[in-house]
Amino acid sequence: MALLEVRDLTVSFDTPDGVVHAVNGLSFDLDPGQTLGIVGESGSGKTQTAMAMMGLLSENGRATGSVKFRGQQLLGLSLGEMSRIRGSKISMIFQDPISSLNPYLSIGEQLIEVLTHHRNLKRREARTRATEMLLQVGISEPEQRMRQFSHQLSGGMCQRIMIAMGLLCQPDLLIADEPTTALDVTVQSQINSLMGELSEQSSTAILLITHDLGVVAGLCDKVLVMYAGEVMEMAPVDELFADPAHPYTLGLLNSVPRLDREHSGILRAIRGNPPDLVDLPPGCPFRDRCDFAFEACIEHPPLEAIGEERYKRCFLERRPVTEDHN
Amino acid sequence: MRAPILKVEALSVQFRIDVAERSFRHEYRRLRAVDRVSFELGAGETLGVVGESGCGKSTLARAILGLVRPSAGRVIWLGENLVGMSEEQLRSKRRELQMVFQDPFGSLDPRMTVGQIVGEPLRNFYPSMSSLQVRERVAGMLKLVGLSPEQINRYPHEFSGGQCQRIGIARALVVNPRLVVCDEPVSALDVSVQAQIVNLLKDLQKKLQLSLIFIAHDLSVVRHVSDRVLVMYLGRVMEVADREAIYDRPAHPYTRALIESVPIPDPVAERARARRSLGGELPSASDPPSGCVFRTRCPWAIEACAATEPPLETLDDGRQVACLRRAEIKAGAPRALGEKS
Amino acid sequence: MSSEPTAVPADAFEQAMDRRPVKGRSLYVDAWQRLKRNRAAVAGTGMLVFIVVLVSIGPLFNPWDHEIPDWDYYSTPPSLATGHLMGTDALGRDLFERVMVGGRISLLVGLVATLVSLVIGVAYGATAGYLGGRVDNWMMRAVDAIYALPFMFFVILLMVVFGRNILLIFVAIGAVNWLDMARIVRGQTLSLKNKDFIEAARVSGATERQIILRHIIPNLLGVVAVYVSLTIPQVILVESFLSFLGLGVQEPLTSWGALVNEGAQELETAPWSLIFPALFLAATLFAFNFLGDGLRDALDPKDR
Repeated sequence: MALLEVRDLTVSFDTPDGVVHAVNGLSFDLDPGQTLGIVGESGSGKTQTAMAMMGLLSENGRATGSVKFRGQQLLGLSLGEMSRIRGSKISMIFQDPISSLNPYLSIGEQLIEVLTHHRNLKRREARTRATEMLLQVGISEPEQRMRQFSHQLSGGMCQRIMIAMGLLCQPDLLIADEPTTALDVTVQSQINSLMGELSEQSSTAILLITHDLGVVAGLCDKVLVMYAGEVMEMAPVDELFADPAHPYTLGLLNSVPRLDREHSGILRAIRGNPPDLVDLPPGCPFRDRCDFAFEACIEHPPLEAIGEERYKRCFLERRPVTEDHN
Repeated sequence: MRAPILKVEALSVQFRIDVAERSFRHEYRRLRAVDRVSFELGAGETLGVVGESGCGKSTLARAILGLVRPSAGRVIWLGENLVGMSEEQLRSKRRELQMVFQDPFGSLDPRMTVGQIVGEPLRNFYPSMSSLQVRERVAGMLKLVGLSPEQINRYPHEFSGGQCQRIGIARALVVNPRLVVCDEPVSALDVSVQAQIVNLLKDLQKKLQLSLIFIAHDLSVVRHVSDRVLVMYLGRVMEVADREAIYDRPAHPYTRALIESVPIPDPVAERARARRSLGGELPSASDPPSGCVFRTRCPWAIEACAATEPPLETLDDGRQVACLRRAEIKAGAPRALGEKS
Repeated sequence: MSSEPTAVPADAFEQAMDRRPVKGRSLYVDAWQRLKRNRAAVAGTGMLVFIVVLVSIGPLFNPWDHEIPDWDYYSTPPSLATGHLMGTDALGRDLFERVMVGGRISLLVGLVATLVSLVIGVAYGATAGYLGGRVDNWMMRAVDAIYALPFMFFVILLMVVFGRNILLIFVAIGAVNWLDMARIVRGQTLSLKNKDFIEAARVSGATERQIILRHIIPNLLGVVAVYVSLTIPQVILVESFLSFLGLGVQEPLTSWGALVNEGAQELETAPWSLIFPALFLAATLFAFNFLGDGLRDALDPKDR
């Protein structure tokens, strides 16, 4: 049985401007120890997916469908039950590490609180465990750090602490929402390496949400590409990059400048703008930005399986291939 | 290189930071946000400026344009030194020196229409232009940046991030400047839109024969856009070189670390990479390390690096590097962070 | 170096504009939509309109005068038979007329004094905020110092020196209220000053004066509008308080505050002479506050 089974997850928000359809019928599985990457831009619904799973949707949000974690339905859980799972079985780290920490409590206090709350440890034992965890995430002089506050530390350091906090209870699943986007590139590299190592050492599954294809390539086993709240393509990581089946994936891969390719004149940009989630056009949501769109695309394409753990949502029979221009 | 249109010589920008308040007096610390930066820029050329947070690249941009007063050095624009000029004199120079900002929404006045925003530089620099002339030029400019001119009466919040950035570019170019400083112009945009804007900038540069200073933290984007690249760390220049030289054969340890840290969208290549990240943390800018500021994180650092600050020296191939050990660290040798001599 | 921009062809306009320009949806329009949806604010506005209309033209339909007593009826309760819709006060004056006339004065004080504090406060606050540094520091310390002065003492002093003049009351109240407005405006200016578009305006060649007039002040209007709608009731209350102390408008002019004062003294014998003015006063204050809160919510960018 998969660790996490998401079926037909739909998330919408009531706003004064209309109903925003953030996620539309998302389904995927995550096995223990796997790292799944959810790739998407703004409006793709990737963050709201995680929020819905963790019961963190804002007041005007509604989630339907099914999210089963170890067989238990997460949607609709009471606050009490959800808070038992959060932080101990499923942990989450966010984009801005410094503001994820309480500025009024010392680092030590916040780490100890997790253990005393979830594992009922005595303070002294909790302190020891927390200090060990800080060492594990590569923080030197952990005793000193425990006494410090978030504003005294750098972004990279705070993100390490967040990871430590997330792993304190040895959760089955760690959700990381753009964990390195706000950090410098050299620090990003440190944190990504750290997450890779930790995932190898423990059996924690990671749900990595990001827009950075390079990070995905380095860390993930499986990748899910989202656009306008839907899965456009899902594939094992090697296949996704080598042989993308969806024009959006191909477009993303082509529009990102890369250090390993020859310097060429033009980036193949995806034309148009991100989708308007209040007023989604009928048919395929990517249609008006797609270089391969044809008549069939005014119908909404279903998600079809095209191989082992491989899905695409596109009517194109063949693989989209970049035309070579002169 | 043809005669440079911009020469920056030993430019420094210093800030006073409030450290403590004792009775009615304040205690200050000096922070050198930009420390003796020098470079040249030719007509039609693009200089990429890279570095991480706290390296001073944004402050450098503002110092060149006179938005922030430099504490030392010279900015020679077309033969004249901009440093020390009065606000009035600087204002007249701004017709030739423009800027594109990082935040596409924040850089546009939310209460003004697109037409008013793009037309503002025209009204300021050419007060004798009639409103019809202004509208004509604004409409033409909108078309040039890929927006439809009927949008001229719309407000910024009605556009997407990428479109707002186009508006910002239109505003910068409407007075026909010769140099445009782009401060992280695509960092706040979605990945798929970044490529559009980058292509637009390159296209316009060719069409209008602009010189660009392109500031970014994303090395891949900088590589795509620049002719030459300047690498900064903690306010100082570490290396300046041609694009090919910097990316294929980085000489400075920091440049090498930066390039090593960029993840490549290729899972096979990523796994094969023996990637060792640069350790350590950015030192405090108000209390920088002695000698070479990078030495606290540099795998090649030796004692001498703490004693003397390495000067920016020009090598045979034209590039400039500020590192005492550059001769020993063979440019082009297999990248190995963490290899100690 | 050319003196005229030439890169874009001169007939670009004709080529470019083959369709009529689309009308934009300004932020004010958005805010207006949101305000309309706020029922409390709409109700409050409705109430205000009703009261303003009533005090303006009400007296036209009322046969009684506000100072000439009706010799037949002293302290009579409201009744249709006597023609005194709100009854009469101890001196036989028609209460309805007095409440209307009093309302005119109260609202006028509210408006004028707020206007005074608006003009002074915005100018002072925007200047302090924009100039920043030592100037800002000293300007705001001056505000703090004036804030510390006892208001009543100041007003009484003015009254003693210049006599009880209605114009003086406007000025006195406005002269104290501008302090709050200045602080609000200064805070807003400070946060605006750091926005990118202000820097962009500098790069676009705008002078400081142009920046303040074109960019800062228009972006202050939202906050100022909210604050104005919350200051008016404050000012009306201050005037009422002054009247209650006997320092407000002089007879035969009256205000709601003065009427409340008189009515309080007659509470046992003629409660209606307290109830009606108090009701109008309270309704007006509520209405302004609902409107002000509604404006604040409507203009709050967080909601988008």
